[in-house]
Amino acid sequence: MPELAQKIRDIIKPENIVYAKSPLMNDDVMHYCPGCSHGVVHRLIGEVIEEMGIQDQTIGVSPVGCAVFAYKYIDIDWHEAAHGRAPAVATGIKRVMPEKYVFSYQGDGDLAAIGTAETFHAVNRGENIVMIFINNAIYGMTGGQMAPTTLVGQVTSTTPYGRNVDLNGYPLRITELLAQLPGAAYVTRQSVQNAAAVRKTKKAIRKAFEIQAMKKGTAFVEVVSTCSSGWKLSPVDSNKWMEENMFPQYPLGDLKDGTRADANDYSIKG
Amino acid sequence: MGELRLMKGNEVIAEAAIRCGCDAYFGYPITPQSEVMETLMALRPWEGSGMVVLQAESEIASIHMVYGAAGSGKRVMTSSSSPGISLMAEGISYMAGAELPCVIVNVQRGGPGLGTIQPSQADYNQATKGGGHGDYSLLVLAPASVQEMHDFVVLGFELAFKYRNPVMILADGVVGQMMEKVELIDQRPRWTNEQIAEISGSWAATGKTANRKKHIITSLEMDSSIMEANNLRLQAKYAQMSKEDVRYETIECEDAEYIIVAFGSAARICQKTVQIARSKGVKVGLIRPITLLPFPEKIIAEYATKVKGFLCVEFNAGQMVNDIRLAVNGKTKVEYFGRMGGIVPNPNEVEAALEQKLIGG
Repeated sequence: MPELAQKIRDIIKPENIVYAKSPLMNDDVMHYCPGCSHGVVHRLIGEVIEEMGIQDQTIGVSPVGCAVFAYKYIDIDWHEAAHGRAPAVATGIKRVMPEKYVFSYQGDGDLAAIGTAETFHAVNRGENIVMIFINNAIYGMTGGQMAPTTLVGQVTSTTPYGRNVDLNGYPLRITELLAQLPGAAYVTRQSVQNAAAVRKTKKAIRKAFEIQAMKKGTAFVEVVSTCSSGWKLSPVDSNKWMEENMFPQYPLGDLKDGTRADANDYSIKG
Repeated sequence: MGELRLMKGNEVIAEAAIRCGCDAYFGYPITPQSEVMETLMALRPWEGSGMVVLQAESEIASIHMVYGAAGSGKRVMTSSSSPGISLMAEGISYMAGAELPCVIVNVQRGGPGLGTIQPSQADYNQATKGGGHGDYSLLVLAPASVQEMHDFVVLGFELAFKYRNPVMILADGVVGQMMEKVELIDQRPRWTNEQIAEISGSWAATGKTANRKKHIITSLEMDSSIMEANNLRLQAKYAQMSKEDVRYETIECEDAEYIIVAFGSAARICQKTVQIARSKGVKVGLIRPITLLPFPEKIIAEYATKVKGFLCVEFNAGQMVNDIRLAVNGKTKVEYFGRMGGIVPNPNEVEAALEQKLIGG
């Protein structure tokens, strides 16, 4: 299709550029599947770090799961954690370098199953870190098994007849639980399925990093995400499925917006 | 001479950590080593040297906090006891794989499982043969006195940074809980950022500056040829440890016909056994491995051609005895004597075992 190639070349001109890739995003080809939300969220983190001018002060903690290779794509220092341990690793980094920006990046299995204890206690201590939580209701990396956030009735490779409450329990709304913890400063749930949602998520990530600078407590950003491969849907149908099924269970918006609790409210009297 | 004090083994771990300029301690309470964190919290080093002390929610979190903090190039440590060390196995393997320095203290108790809080040396194999997954080795130091609890914290950090590898101080409930005179080092400052940049600037994840590539702390590598090269690099490092950092003590071995091999508290008991045996006219010596890994195999191999036999004495079912047998390689008799479950044998018991298993046998 030489005509189409020519058409594209005609479009790629400096005057037509409306968006430029952040120089913090490396040129490596991402390993993510088409339609996956990870790449968009990576880009937003890269843009926020670039815009805040904190590349030389930021350490990212990557998880085990699909985002295990997150360290390949954003041009900052990284620390690759064991499965579920990212909040503990981030705690260690932040405690010895409190002047730096530290963020963890985890999926639902990592953050809400195997790493639940580390997640809860990092937030409960009010660690001055940013935690990014990608919730796509499935284990992507290992081939589509049930996650703690898998919806009731949702088919995965370990719930081939759909998630059954009697057998598998309920989808875990961990973000709602974390919002109750006194150490949390900012807890929000966002998504990236269209331009408006992407803009809102970017704002939330920016705010989370700013809260870290103010040492107000833990800033937690959940991004309700898609997994086309795991869900066995096209990228377009994945977005539709997410809006129809995920959003009612995981409603978008801020769950907490403030600062960690006043210690006096929790102190012994007299 | 440094300051002299009468101190408990566990307390001196804390005191030595602060004084040698350690940057951070992360831990979780477990008997018989809880005094380590209690002492640190009471001394409030964050107001003095600036050392961070944090009680984590579990041993798993503790070791992963150590993993994170060690990635900054700072001097970081933790302490625990047997069941807690089992939980830390994951993080220790990751740290060895990512080549991060740290000091881990294991004040052993009896096992398996919840076992007992009484002294034991049953984690010898766990410490020296793995514990976590993968082809990695720690450098394992076995203190036999409160003074060595102190000295090995200082030495442990030196070795951890020499090799960029976790170092384990494999103590036991006896050296952790007993009080002895100890000479303390003077307070040393923590490393400055400039010193850290000089020592660890080529790898530490402290924030990517414009003049260098990003640093990634990881043990992950999907390309098998690179992963094999990574493994070979680790093995070369372990070989260097065996060449340069084997430590042991020999007591009255020169004319010995029989040699006892024992580490940690067991070696203290066996020192008395040597005296008892010699008072009866039996020429007995003692080899005390100080580094359990790298194991002092050469000195044992040397004596294997000179003595009538070795008796390995340990507070377990016979773990180090296998390393002695490998070193001796069939050249002479190797027997084992030990007690388990938190029972500490007395010197006469050991002497009786020596008579029965080696001299009479």
